[in-house]
Amino acid sequence: MTLAAATNESLANLSNTLIYSAMAVYTLAFFAYIAEWLFGSRSKVGRTAAALTATRTKGAAAPAVTVRKAGGTAVLERPQVVVRATSGSRDVPDGPGAHGGDEQGDLYGRIAVSLTVLAFLIAFGGVLSRALSVQRAPWGNMYEFNITFSTVAVGVYLTLLALKKNVRWLGLFLTTTVLLDLGLAVTVLYTASDQLVPALHSYWLYIHVSTAILCGAVFYVGAVSTLLYLFRDSYENKLAGGGRPGRFASSVLERLPAAASLDKFSYRVNAAVFPLWTFTIIAGAIWAGDAWGRYWGWDPKETWSFITWVAYACYLHARATAGWKGRKAAYLALLAFGCWLFNYYGVNIFVSGKHSYADVGLGALQAVGF
Amino acid sequence: MSNTTTDHAEQVEEQDLGAAGSQLSTTPKEELANVPAMGVVGWARWFWRQLTSMRVALLLLLLLALGAIPGSLIPQSGTDETKVADFRDRHEVLAPIYDKLGLFNVYSSVWFSAVYILLFVSLIGCIVPRTWQFVGQLRGRPPGAPKRLNRLPAYTTWRTEAEPEQVREAALALLKKRRFRAHVAGDAVAAEKGYLREVGNLAFHIALIVMLVAFAWGQLFKMEGNKLIVEGGGFSNTLTQYDDFKPGTLFGTDDLTPFSFNLKEFTGTYETSGPNKGTPRTYQADLTYSEGAYGEDRRTVVKVNKPLEIDGTKVYLTAHGYAPVITVRDGKGKVVFSDAVPLLPLDSNVTSSGVIKVYDGYKNAKGVSEQLAFQAAFLPTYAAGNEVSSSFPALINPVLNLEPYHGDLGVNAGIPQNVYQLNKKHMKGFKDSKGKQMRENLRPGETMQLPNGAGSVTYEDTKEWANFQITRQPASGWALAGSVAAILGLAGSLFIQRRRVWVRAVQGADGVTVVEMAGLGRSESAKVPEELGDLAGTLYEEGAPGAPDPAEDPDPTDPAAPAEGAEK
Ligand code: HEM
Repeated sequence: MTLAAATNESLANLSNTLIYSAMAVYTLAFFAYIAEWLFGSRSKVGRTAAALTATRTKGAAAPAVTVRKAGGTAVLERPQVVVRATSGSRDVPDGPGAHGGDEQGDLYGRIAVSLTVLAFLIAFGGVLSRALSVQRAPWGNMYEFNITFSTVAVGVYLTLLALKKNVRWLGLFLTTTVLLDLGLAVTVLYTASDQLVPALHSYWLYIHVSTAILCGAVFYVGAVSTLLYLFRDSYENKLAGGGRPGRFASSVLERLPAAASLDKFSYRVNAAVFPLWTFTIIAGAIWAGDAWGRYWGWDPKETWSFITWVAYACYLHARATAGWKGRKAAYLALLAFGCWLFNYYGVNIFVSGKHSYADVGLGALQAVGF
Repeated sequence: MSNTTTDHAEQVEEQDLGAAGSQLSTTPKEELANVPAMGVVGWARWFWRQLTSMRVALLLLLLLALGAIPGSLIPQSGTDETKVADFRDRHEVLAPIYDKLGLFNVYSSVWFSAVYILLFVSLIGCIVPRTWQFVGQLRGRPPGAPKRLNRLPAYTTWRTEAEPEQVREAALALLKKRRFRAHVAGDAVAAEKGYLREVGNLAFHIALIVMLVAFAWGQLFKMEGNKLIVEGGGFSNTLTQYDDFKPGTLFGTDDLTPFSFNLKEFTGTYETSGPNKGTPRTYQADLTYSEGAYGEDRRTVVKVNKPLEIDGTKVYLTAHGYAPVITVRDGKGKVVFSDAVPLLPLDSNVTSSGVIKVYDGYKNAKGVSEQLAFQAAFLPTYAAGNEVSSSFPALINPVLNLEPYHGDLGVNAGIPQNVYQLNKKHMKGFKDSKGKQMRENLRPGETMQLPNGAGSVTYEDTKEWANFQITRQPASGWALAGSVAAILGLAGSLFIQRRRVWVRAVQGADGVTVVEMAGLGRSESAKVPEELGDLAGTLYEEGAPGAPDPAEDPDPTDPAAPAEGAEK
């Protein structure tokens, strides 16, 4: 038994070391992303302005298919698909990314991504060893929740990159957030791993919390691109109106994807994860039904999950309603993400309910982050 | 692009697409707030139209989210009555205002109900016409090709040696094979796919209604009660047996499911070492129960997340603690009290406290009737050096600390008393030889003698108690079914693209067939051009092989647009 205790102790220490190391590597990645942006600022692209002042509709090519002519082997040209933007949206090409086409910038960008991968692996090890040291899922308290959350968020980013989505521009924002999140975790929220924890023998809880974390990470990605959409959209509006945005704004925003692309991206991200969020709430309700004898009781955490859900439903509705597309819908998306954040930090810190402390005699529900 | 040209282009586009782009969903058209025709009917119709518009649905959704907020920040009487009482004590000015606004029970308040009822009326008013419209769309056929296909978001064209007729036939066959609904309309094939999206969307919204009704039904007909049982004790499901009972508005006591059960044994085991020392490993209650009035006895085990379910009523294990078995004797040695007394746990190591009250049968040394009380503190695991709290939740080295009192418990006044608290108003403490309040630590089997022949109290043994929450929430099966349908519908609605494809084949001026294909999705998506490219590739290969391009532009109708597509 003491042997087990000792391994747990050393695993917990290992976890701490790994989390600190991950922070160090994330910091390096952060600087590499900065370098990418700095080098990228050397190139003058000005594509947006060009596109907004030109009158011709631009098109993008569709996937190429080679067609073999019967009998012969000559490769024929095949019909190519012309893509037009739908009416009302500006037809602006995407920016080249943070490196702005600069070779050195691109190199730093690649280094940054590699470092992010490395940091992710280390952080993952940290979360894993923490879980092993306490012999349960790593979300018993806010410290554990934070380290898990940031790791999953980076995981989502890397997955999108691996799927060849145009998301490298997210890197700088992501590492900044992750460093803040981990910084908060190790300073304010740190909880030694020998804290008492509940015996919550319900797999619904595991499903519920893990999908909640995943949803949060995806919502985060959606929120960042929504925010950038708002900036980029004002920039394009200004250009289209004949205005001259400031030099810094131009340099940064020029390199981001077009407002329309950002908008579309954030919509897809939010829409794709919305069913999962619905499922998360329902899984929570099922678990609450098993544990507390009622599946819905307007506990603060439940209430805020519901508010978040309704806020995202508002956003999706807004997208389908003519007058609310674009910026107004984007504000709703940010509001919805704000609700999600409040549900985590606000409710845990300011509001007490069944989720945050034990008012059920068993003490079984203590310290459940969610 | 100057504003005027954009506007112009859009206008042209609208005209061009005409019916082709319409009804790609059943989303209601936003109607401008046109002034209603006079008269009650006019106003009613105007009101109905407003209520069922997407804009108002959005507004109501926002209100629902906003309205839910106060209930999460202000204590709610439905969840925590004591906190509400506490709040009332501390905020004498605010509390009556909150009362008026229903802020202590937001989720059943008039205004919150109004918001969601309006929302659901709006929802029904939205679903019904949309369903009819969708059925109409299913009965009808995809709309014919717009005049200028190259205006659509995805477009492609090529020239072929095949006859227009052949191309159309090949296209029709191809599209049907790809499970499009397709037909030939004039010189073009019109096809559509992804109707499941609309089905999903309608299913989702209908599922919301099912969930709401199920939830409301559950709230009205639910019941919830608590019963604390010491090992060896039992319970039968009648109103009088409950410690507390909260029925829904429409719950009748006749609705109580007849059953009874006995608690044979409660078992709690805990982690004995490591970082999680003291963490509960198992909590379980061994029961025998019988269904109905004369059912046969059966055994079962109830655990924290595993309730016993009898005909829709669930019995949950929600708390446990210790109940020392106490025997009190008077000065003559006559037993005046002998029972297990449940104590309330105070912390996770089950440090407990409570009161043992002896109401009648006791006579003091002078032969006068009196009442006795013992303030009790209990540590299941007493460790030297820690006198005030238990060191471990299991029963390892139990110590019971008792403070004896005598006098009048005040029950005869008829004021209800908390069994876990002692009202010392008319009670006097027994004093020890130094004149201080008597207090003694007892171990199982030990006896404390009261001074001057007042009697004795013996701590015989320790039993455990368990608290059971007994609930019935009807229609939860419906709520679950509704939520599953909602998720599936939502997934269909968000992941399936509804799109149309048109293939036009006509004889060009030089006698060579010109094929044009265009795709239109409800929302802009990379999938539509991708799929169009794929379809075009297949059609090109199978039904309409390319012909050499003439020198002139392949599409004389619009010199600008297809230039890129035709790039070689
Ligand atoms: C109870 C509250 C409601 C919730 C939670 C809700 C939720 C949603 C969600 C999440 C979507 C997105 C699915 C998609 O984009 O296809 C959606 C779509 C839609 N909702 Fe609702 N809705 C509610 C009430 C209403 C009401 C009252 C109406 C009618 C006035 C309505 C009409 C629609 C329509 C027409 C769409 C489809 C939009 C499209 O085709 O993209 N909904 N709803």
